[in-house]
Amino acid sequence: MSSARQQILASVRRSLRRAEPSAETRAELEQRLAAPTANLIPQRAQLPHAEQLDLMEAMLQELKATVVRLPGEAAVPQAVADYLKSENLPPKLRLAPRDDLRHLPWDSAPLLEVEEGIAEADDATSLTGAFAGIAETGTLMMASGPEAPTTLNFLPENHIVVLRTSQVIGSYEEAWQRLRAALGPGVMPRAVNMITGPSRTGDIEQTILLGAHGPRRLHVLLVDDRDSG
Amino acid sequence: MQSTSHAFKDNARAALANQTLQKAMRHVKTGFIDKRAKARARLPEFDALRDVARDIKNHTLANLDFYLERYEEKVIASGGQVHWAPTAEDAVKAVLDICRRVDARVVTKGKSMISEEIALNQAMERAGLDVVETDLGEYIIQLRKEPPSHIIAPAVHLTKEQVEADFRHHHRELPPERALGEPVQLVAEARQMLRRRFLEADVGITGANFLVAETGTSIIVTNEGNGDLTQTLPRVHIVVASLEKVVPTLEDVSTILRVLARSATGQEFSSYTTFSTGPRRPEDPDGPEEYHVILLDNGRSNMLGGQFQDMLRCIRCGACMNHCPVYHAVGGHAYGWVYPGPMGAVLTPNLIGVDEAGHLPNASTFCGRCEAVCPMRIPLPKMMRHWREREFERHLTPATVRSGLALWAFFARRPKLYRFATGLQARLLGRLGRAAGRFDALPFARGWTRHRDFPAPEGRTFQQLWAERQKGGRR
Repeated sequence: MSSARQQILASVRRSLRRAEPSAETRAELEQRLAAPTANLIPQRAQLPHAEQLDLMEAMLQELKATVVRLPGEAAVPQAVADYLKSENLPPKLRLAPRDDLRHLPWDSAPLLEVEEGIAEADDATSLTGAFAGIAETGTLMMASGPEAPTTLNFLPENHIVVLRTSQVIGSYEEAWQRLRAALGPGVMPRAVNMITGPSRTGDIEQTILLGAHGPRRLHVLLVDDRDSG
Repeated sequence: MQSTSHAFKDNARAALANQTLQKAMRHVKTGFIDKRAKARARLPEFDALRDVARDIKNHTLANLDFYLERYEEKVIASGGQVHWAPTAEDAVKAVLDICRRVDARVVTKGKSMISEEIALNQAMERAGLDVVETDLGEYIIQLRKEPPSHIIAPAVHLTKEQVEADFRHHHRELPPERALGEPVQLVAEARQMLRRRFLEADVGITGANFLVAETGTSIIVTNEGNGDLTQTLPRVHIVVASLEKVVPTLEDVSTILRVLARSATGQEFSSYTTFSTGPRRPEDPDGPEEYHVILLDNGRSNMLGGQFQDMLRCIRCGACMNHCPVYHAVGGHAYGWVYPGPMGAVLTPNLIGVDEAGHLPNASTFCGRCEAVCPMRIPLPKMMRHWREREFERHLTPATVRSGLALWAFFARRPKLYRFATGLQARLLGRLGRAAGRFDALPFARGWTRHRDFPAPEGRTFQQLWAERQKGGRR
């Protein structure tokens, strides 16, 4: 234990005019951390699922992201090819290394050049999954890991995200519950990125401009997976 | 950074006469205010969330030692390191030690007010490191060798013409005939110039908006994505954060995040809210190999339990300065140190002393807008008043003000005499000023009449009018 640490903690306790927390207080606080409870959650974040999907889409559009709804994941390759063509972007993708994306019918878009891995400096477009879509503010939640390199979210100029309808939830709090269910209580991946629209800046005369350092374009493919369970 | 807060009056006078600054500040007066008002109107629970956010922070501060220890445990459990820093010097030394150990040459930085507070850039440059600010606003002021003038919009005091001139001066390798008159061209050029620096950096330094005790997580809230490139690409990520940033759980931070962006920029949520927990895991394909948190005190623990504890709830959204008529008039640099506006007027004397920064709590009309918009409900005017009282007690107030106050107090303690004297004064001034309805000069009030007229009283005092109205029944 460092002396700097002791010095700071002693100063905190001196100012609070007390010794270390009692066993009873400590137990209460431990409980608060062990079983986190939600505070006030806005009405907007508690809609039925179908309305959440609409809200997610509306919020993304407001943020100058673009959204396409797809009936199933088989439609993804063609939708990607169409998007890149409509934006005049090279037909090249850096794909997040995950099975569900890897096994999409890429043959259906034969002109697309698809490579897997972390983002390289000259990658123009990435395609990733998401951990959740939070309808409240149109926020995509990414949880880093072997199948979700963080660099794919930031380095390329264009970011395409496959979001399944079953991943769309109302609030940030629901996202934390899902993450705890997936990884265990109190455990976090190295990085959780909440992405709300493309990169932007207002640093020059308050003029809002897209594509400051992160992606200039954020395109969401909202894939209906209600039938596949 | 070296403070010029003692020279606030001179700074303010110069700022008022600076036409370029006044032009740039025009964008602040309307933009931020309208956007916040719209965001607030869209979320019916907004004010209730402010109450909850305040309570979360109060609870955390009352148990700060517990939450700091738990936070540290979780950082270590996730493979990171915590460096406790009682002073600015300790924090700077901890950063330099890490940079030296990993043999760093290029260091990229995300926006961090704490790094301004501890003058980190200057120390790193003295140590021979190539330091690159990557937030667009911070990059611009680094080129100009200026401090930030706003806690979330560091270059808000500049016009696009000034930025264009700076870019032309510093980016000599680019063709001189290129078009650079529009913000969109300036943003594209900064993106192009900084891209290489992100990729070659050995160490990335960011601040933290929050630290989460439950998970040992640090959080940055940004819009550009520069903070994420800064902390993802280099081998080492260093977080510099002050100790009051800690909150208990992810649920708690979610509540506070709901009021942060709305209060700051009027966005529903900032583009990138990033939760970092430890270094790259064995199976991770990217991310830093080392993760360090410098946990800075620098006087904050002394603010607990006293008149200024509420200030430790501050989440640095900037709403108080965005709504402050004094900030609008003089801009951020006039305040002379790192933190401007109402939050700076309260915090700065705490951190660098009232002897140096005593003018700042006086730079307020007590209009109350700062407290009215503060997402954490910090009673800023009350705390500025506390500083004024301390300033008076410590005899730091000028002699003329002290004798004036003493004279007023003499009358105020004697109600009959007070009523008589003010009645006389009101009648006299009412008669003298009846024709013009105003005075353009008055003895003992030159400080006022030098810049504006003094309205003539109509013959009776406030107390007389009040008494009459009470007698006549409430209307």
